[in-house]
Amino acid sequence: METITSIRPLLAVLVSLLIIPLVVVSSRSPNVRESWTFVAAVAKFLIVLSMLPAILRGTEIVYTVVQFMPGAAIRFRVDALGMLFALVSSSLWIITSAYSIGYMRGLKEHGQTRYFCFFAICLSATIGAAFSANLLTLYLFYEILSLATYPLVTHHQDLEARSSGRKYLLYVVGASIGLVLPAMLICYNLAGTLEFSKNGILAGTAVSPSLLFILLFMFVFGFAKSAIMPMHSWLPAAMVAPTPVSALLHAVAVVKVGVFSIVRILTGVFGIQLLSSSHLGMAVCYVAAFTILVGSFIALSQNGLKRLLAFSTIAQLSYIVLGVALLSPKGMTGGMLHIAMHAFGKITLFFCAGAIFVATGKKNISEMIGIGRRMPVTMAAFFIASLSIIGMPPCGGFISKWYLALGTLQAHQIGFLVVLLFSSLLNACYFIPITYKAFFCRPEDAMFENKVQEAPAFCVVPLVITATISVILLFYPQPFLRLARMMVQSITGV
Amino acid sequence: MSEQYPALLVIVPLLSALVISVAGWVNKRLCFPIAVAALGVAAWSSVGLLFRVLDEGVIVYKLGGWSPPMGIAYYIDYLNGLVLPVVSIVALLNLISSKKIVEQQFPDKAGPFYTLYVLMVTGLLGIVVTGDAFNLYVLLEIASLTGYGLLAMGEERAPLATLNYLYMGTIGACFYLLGIGYLYIVTGSLNMVDIARLLPPLYQSKAVLAAFIICMVGVWLKMAFFPLHAWLPNAYTYANSASSGLIAPLMTKVMVYVMIRLILTVFTPKFVFNTLAVHDAVVWLAVIAIVMGAVLALKERNLKKMLTYIVVAEVGYMVGGAWLGNRAGLTGAVLHIVNDALMTLCVFLVVGNIVYKIKGYAFGDLKGLFAKMPFTMGAFVIGALSIIGVPPTCGFFSKWYLILGAIQAHQYGFMVALLFSSLINVVLFFRVFEIGFYEPFSDHEGHEHHPAVMAEAPLTMLVPLYVVAISLILVGLYTGDIVNHIVQFVIPKGFM
Repeated sequence: METITSIRPLLAVLVSLLIIPLVVVSSRSPNVRESWTFVAAVAKFLIVLSMLPAILRGTEIVYTVVQFMPGAAIRFRVDALGMLFALVSSSLWIITSAYSIGYMRGLKEHGQTRYFCFFAICLSATIGAAFSANLLTLYLFYEILSLATYPLVTHHQDLEARSSGRKYLLYVVGASIGLVLPAMLICYNLAGTLEFSKNGILAGTAVSPSLLFILLFMFVFGFAKSAIMPMHSWLPAAMVAPTPVSALLHAVAVVKVGVFSIVRILTGVFGIQLLSSSHLGMAVCYVAAFTILVGSFIALSQNGLKRLLAFSTIAQLSYIVLGVALLSPKGMTGGMLHIAMHAFGKITLFFCAGAIFVATGKKNISEMIGIGRRMPVTMAAFFIASLSIIGMPPCGGFISKWYLALGTLQAHQIGFLVVLLFSSLLNACYFIPITYKAFFCRPEDAMFENKVQEAPAFCVVPLVITATISVILLFYPQPFLRLARMMVQSITGV
Repeated sequence: MSEQYPALLVIVPLLSALVISVAGWVNKRLCFPIAVAALGVAAWSSVGLLFRVLDEGVIVYKLGGWSPPMGIAYYIDYLNGLVLPVVSIVALLNLISSKKIVEQQFPDKAGPFYTLYVLMVTGLLGIVVTGDAFNLYVLLEIASLTGYGLLAMGEERAPLATLNYLYMGTIGACFYLLGIGYLYIVTGSLNMVDIARLLPPLYQSKAVLAAFIICMVGVWLKMAFFPLHAWLPNAYTYANSASSGLIAPLMTKVMVYVMIRLILTVFTPKFVFNTLAVHDAVVWLAVIAIVMGAVLALKERNLKKMLTYIVVAEVGYMVGGAWLGNRAGLTGAVLHIVNDALMTLCVFLVVGNIVYKIKGYAFGDLKGLFAKMPFTMGAFVIGALSIIGVPPTCGFFSKWYLILGAIQAHQYGFMVALLFSSLINVVLFFRVFEIGFYEPFSDHEGHEHHPAVMAEAPLTMLVPLYVVAISLILVGLYTGDIVNHIVQFVIPKGFM
């Protein structure tokens, strides 16, 4: 494969770090401060976008920052999967920045300078993880992301935030140091390199099946950001964060970095040959399927809207893992595509939850009866996005779920098809009643007076945009579908 | 000029110490600039020496023109070529930071303080630079005696804690001397290279065995290798922050250097790992040291004392790494001398800043510290991440080599201990961060949170702190170069 050496991946990572001093300096004039965030967000998106044509042509962009020892370096390599993920997160950062302004100012939150600084660090780390060429670089950005998210999760600095922050650290940092770090070193010792390769770096090594099994699950559970059960319970706890954080980080950036890492482990470290010959792919599928079902069931019983969305996210993340672990080309395409489709849908849902909170101060579903009459735009967007998550037309989520379903058939795993379909049914069971009660209730049951209005425009416009994109993605799923297919083709040859 | 670097390194601080003590009677304000100048020259020469070693290889410098084994020779190879700049630069940075502390806490003792300070650095540099085993003992005593004096300047309990250290330290130094005495009896030489040349036929001798064990116990006592650590926490905690900022990063690390020097140069790896073959047991001792250091740190409710137990755990890292008996482990241990000196300096400078402004270092004193001293705490976060071992800070990379060495030596106990200690460090530091970040608690939504007034440490304390904090990241990023150009030549050929 043709490769180009270019500093652009590094620039894409650094651009949001460089504006942090500017954000701090201009902390006294909020409008100037927020404009820096926009400058960085747009610049980051454009840098990522500028690499897209080369990636679509089938080339890869590499850049080595520093080499530590043979096979272990800080190195970037932009391939189709990394590009897909980077496109999703950098484009959504622009929208989330606008939403952040509406939300944080609407609620007069404290510490906004700190908030925007750490948000910028998080996005640097996310793009860094997306472009990582090896496990060491991935681990580096994974850890930075974990730590930079901490002040955002605990933004309110109260007792609840502290206990959630502890849980977050325990799961995310504890698992990465306790499981991923030793697993990575054992891999390095076995293979002598950490560079992801098409066949997997462990493919040629003589490793006993039991050690392979242990290594694989050290990675799968160690990347706890993917919220695979039993490593999931930090995610509902992290919902104490301000909603834009939950929206971008806990529906897109942070959790998807976790899933993305697992995908890299499956495809780049183990390799699909090794996984299918040792039947380890199936083991991962079972864990993912369990998470899908249990996550959806727990979501059914939630009253807090953000907690419901968190459990829904836990289930949806495992779709991605399931799709890739099926090891069938269609399933892998569907899994990778789901990174994008779920992102646009779920971020809209979080935006809606935040808009409702800004406008009414309500967090619980039981208190939202009749809200659709007062906030029709928000709830219409909510409806569209929930259709996308359920996997119904006219939304992008349909395509990824379609591919996932085909993937189960291609892998001759009817059981997982049933899991997917049953989970969709459960999704419908917990999403549809919210919209239904928001619009269709007897006038005397409606809980909101006439004076309740839509949230500020900074809140509403972003969620309309993301909902619209969700719909457009059904009809025009490019470049995401093409990128996912290219990636799968380069791995499987099909 | 550059030929005389090895001498300048020791002579300039030694003579300056005398000048400072005289200047203290004339005008106390003269002491600080002279001390800075002296350590500046030392830092300059040590960096110059490192570059010469990189160019020319090992340098032999005969003091006074007397050739060994009669005269004292200074050997500068890749190992002490790397450690010398670390010692001199750490000492210089802490010296700059200590100006305000001295002015605040004991302005009338400025003369004695800076005299002792520069003398101690002389001792430490001498230990690292010398190629003579007895000369090393003399310099060790210089560093120790001045160290006792420095540590005793502190809180009420400091003199007693230091007395305890004095007893233990003296025993440790005597053990070392005794061991060297044995060696002198069997070989008739005190020059390290010479001893190494004469020893091989005597490897089976009980006297050599006794010499090695006695030397090691002495060195372990001086470096506070668990369970010989008991003197360290109190002595470091109750001392003034200017002294603890010098001694905590350097004394233990220099003793680790001495241990590695004894293993590599004097007794040679062949004797230590093949003839003696007790390295598995020592690695297990290191495992206990790491675990106990972490657990004891967890028990503390006092920032400075917690950090001293982390120092005890870190000593376990280096001893274990050096005794793994493979290339990766020894690389990790040597790298960790550099990294741990820098990160210990970083966190002790932070303590210095906090004590300077808040007048306390118990956990209860740290409330709201992120708002009061954001810059100090920013550097603290970097130092803490390095001690935890988060990339790209340097602490990650030495830990990387140490764990890799543990895997290659099949010492999985050591690997687990390192990971355990990293996880405990997360708990230790985030417990401190939590106090500084959350308390006093704001109301539920945080809207009524009134930020505390900023009261940051002066610039002469912040600048050294940030130099160290940034160096933690830079050293981390350049780990590859440090290993390829320096550390790999430390390890003898044929050492797997």
